[in-house]
Amino acid sequence: MKFSFTDEQDEFRTVLRRFLEDRSPSTEVRRLMATAEGWERDRWSEINAELELTAVAIPEAYGGHGFGASEQCIVLEEMGRALLCAPYFSSTVLAAGAILNAGTEEQKQALLPKIASGETVATLAFTEGNGRWDNAGVEMVATKSGSGFTLAGSKNLVLDGHTADLIVVLARAPGSSGDQGLSLFTVTGDAAGLERTGLTTVDETRKLARLDFTNVAAELLGEEGEAAGPMATTLTRAAICLANEMVGGADRLREDALEYVQMRMQFGRSIASFQVTKHKAADMLADVELAKSAAYYAAAALDEGDDDIVSVASLAKAAASEAYMQTAIHAVQMHGGIGFTWDNDTHLWFKRAKSSEVFLGDANHHREVMMLNWAE
Amino acid sequence: MVDHTEAAVRAEASAWLEANWDPNRSLVEWRDMLADSGWGMPNWPTEWYGKDLPVGLVPVVEEEFKRIGALPIPKSGIRMLAAATILAHGTDMHREKFLRRIITGEDVWCQLFSEPGSGSDLAGATTRAVMVGNKWVVNGQKVWTTSAHKAHWGLLLARTDMDLPKHKGLSYFIIDMHQEGVEAVPLKQMNNHASFNQVFLTDAEVLPDFQVAELGDGWSVATTTLMHERRAADSLRAWGQVPDLEGRIYDEEREEVKTTLAPYSWYPQRAGRVDLIMQRAQETGAINDPVIRQEIAKLMVLHKSAEWTARRARAAQMQGKPQGPEGSLGKLASSNVARAAARVHTMLSGADAMLSGSDGERDGTIAEILVSFPAASIAGGTDEIQRNIISERVLRMPKETRFDADKPFKDVPRNTVG
Repeated sequence: MKFSFTDEQDEFRTVLRRFLEDRSPSTEVRRLMATAEGWERDRWSEINAELELTAVAIPEAYGGHGFGASEQCIVLEEMGRALLCAPYFSSTVLAAGAILNAGTEEQKQALLPKIASGETVATLAFTEGNGRWDNAGVEMVATKSGSGFTLAGSKNLVLDGHTADLIVVLARAPGSSGDQGLSLFTVTGDAAGLERTGLTTVDETRKLARLDFTNVAAELLGEEGEAAGPMATTLTRAAICLANEMVGGADRLREDALEYVQMRMQFGRSIASFQVTKHKAADMLADVELAKSAAYYAAAALDEGDDDIVSVASLAKAAASEAYMQTAIHAVQMHGGIGFTWDNDTHLWFKRAKSSEVFLGDANHHREVMMLNWAE
Repeated sequence: MVDHTEAAVRAEASAWLEANWDPNRSLVEWRDMLADSGWGMPNWPTEWYGKDLPVGLVPVVEEEFKRIGALPIPKSGIRMLAAATILAHGTDMHREKFLRRIITGEDVWCQLFSEPGSGSDLAGATTRAVMVGNKWVVNGQKVWTTSAHKAHWGLLLARTDMDLPKHKGLSYFIIDMHQEGVEAVPLKQMNNHASFNQVFLTDAEVLPDFQVAELGDGWSVATTTLMHERRAADSLRAWGQVPDLEGRIYDEEREEVKTTLAPYSWYPQRAGRVDLIMQRAQETGAINDPVIRQEIAKLMVLHKSAEWTARRARAAQMQGKPQGPEGSLGKLASSNVARAAARVHTMLSGADAMLSGSDGERDGTIAEILVSFPAASIAGGTDEIQRNIISERVLRMPKETRFDADKPFKDVPRNTVG
């Protein structure tokens, strides 16, 4: 189903949209983004309890509902639309993905059910001070100590890193480089020797943290030295999920800007009656719809196990990066002066567009990945 | 025939084809048989060479044709627009005189709508038809007319009343193209091709019987013709695929396809030839240039997203869902793709982008892309008109202010010369 949704999926989206409109109005977004944590455990548990969103894409064997990427991407698109402040992407896309792809059966049994229920909030710490999104950029070293490992070094730009209960960390064997010697580890958020600092972010709805590890004891996740493959798989899926989240936000911005110009009067007429505004609105629709097509296609391609998924995922992320930011720029412009004010909501999505544009790799990065993996 | 179930239609079509299809017949003889039996245009009325089948069952009949290798009536070209218009608005005399020869392909038709002074604003046509004695006398100039030099008949939109508002003063005629007052002159395009004609009408005559619908109904009849235009364009491409089989009739069909499609040889280039990009990038080594790689990737993102958007629209249509916004974006997206592709082809060519014909790359095909893509954002509705349609019909934004809708056409400011 690369080109259409089933009736059940459409229905799920409709329910979810209404639900999130109710639970995540912009007043609530503004309240939560002003907190250091960026989300509230009680509030998030309450929202999650109703629709069990954290369980959607986790297999039934590990306490989830076992739906596919397409369903998870509907959740993300609607969350992106509502700008929901919750640790959903970090926990169920990044951390759960890494655990599913790398963990032993025993570890999956131990860790995933609590992520599925929302009881544990987890994240994946893989990026560092160099700001690279690929495996080769990892410098943090994991040293064997007795039967376990200790981690030393820093992780940067970790999504919800300062609030997560469980942190999946990517590190490498001393002296290794590239895809070699990479392993994943788990540490708890309150581990001894781990210092967590929330960073000041442009997009206050997406909280990032710096994690400094001083000989932190860590448990190996899956096989030692074999993390490169599982990480790549996790990030491919994450790119698709993010692209879907982004088109949700872009569509919302587009609709709000359209509603505004329909209402705004200047020179004795609605500014929506100016052809220059109409044509911009038409181009915005084209930008968003084309990016949606790519995001939907990629989610379905993942569910169908397509061979060219790496290229398709990057195509979708590159399309979404350009479309979301372009839509945000147009949306501020269509609002005019009011669009530049703090009180107007446009900047909330504008900033999400900016952080999403570069999160997990910008359009240039993904176009390069796409070309390296192009099948035709 | 009253049994319109799929199985019954399939069985009947199959039986008739088994009994009558013979690849060694002549094309004309076969099309005569299709006209007589009704299997050529099965959704047409029984009294007019059809079988009164619901349109939804036509694909079933087409499948049976395909299965046995039988050649269907080409549902393309202006003559099919003429047929649809005549069936909807014509008189029995028109149907009697024209429909059969449309099916057999004996008559070539052309469409005389666009004028040098009215392109996007088709209803602003100024070609006049004036009743002199007992005949209509037509004066004016038409443009972008495919096959005008070969056509026997033309579908003509002409102004019959200058005192009425623009849409109300138009009437619709069938004009005999083989007469002294009709002169077709090829129109050379910026890409050296001349796929269309200009048609000069100088005291050309139309008999009153050849008026279609009532006086002043020209615009609504023209709308019927235009509605079928996109469909005909789609089936023109399909028609080009003659089965690779042996027999006299296939040879004749291939010959007809070749002649008919010749003016369209540059159409693939107009769309930008994205299919050549990766291969050329490999051949030229440009694939290793990080800047060009980015530009190629941008094009591919656009191209694939546009293709998948078109498929979303088709999927929604097949499922019977109401058309979403994705259905209105195809034309605009494809002109963006064409423009982007031409840009990348230029990068791949480098300095050789200055050369054309046999001196140019791929024997001139690349040069042809570089001078053909502007047509993509003009022909069949300009990008500007597309954006108006999207903003007004999909986004429900205010319609353009009209200064011409209600006043007598003679008072409307307009182009005096093309």
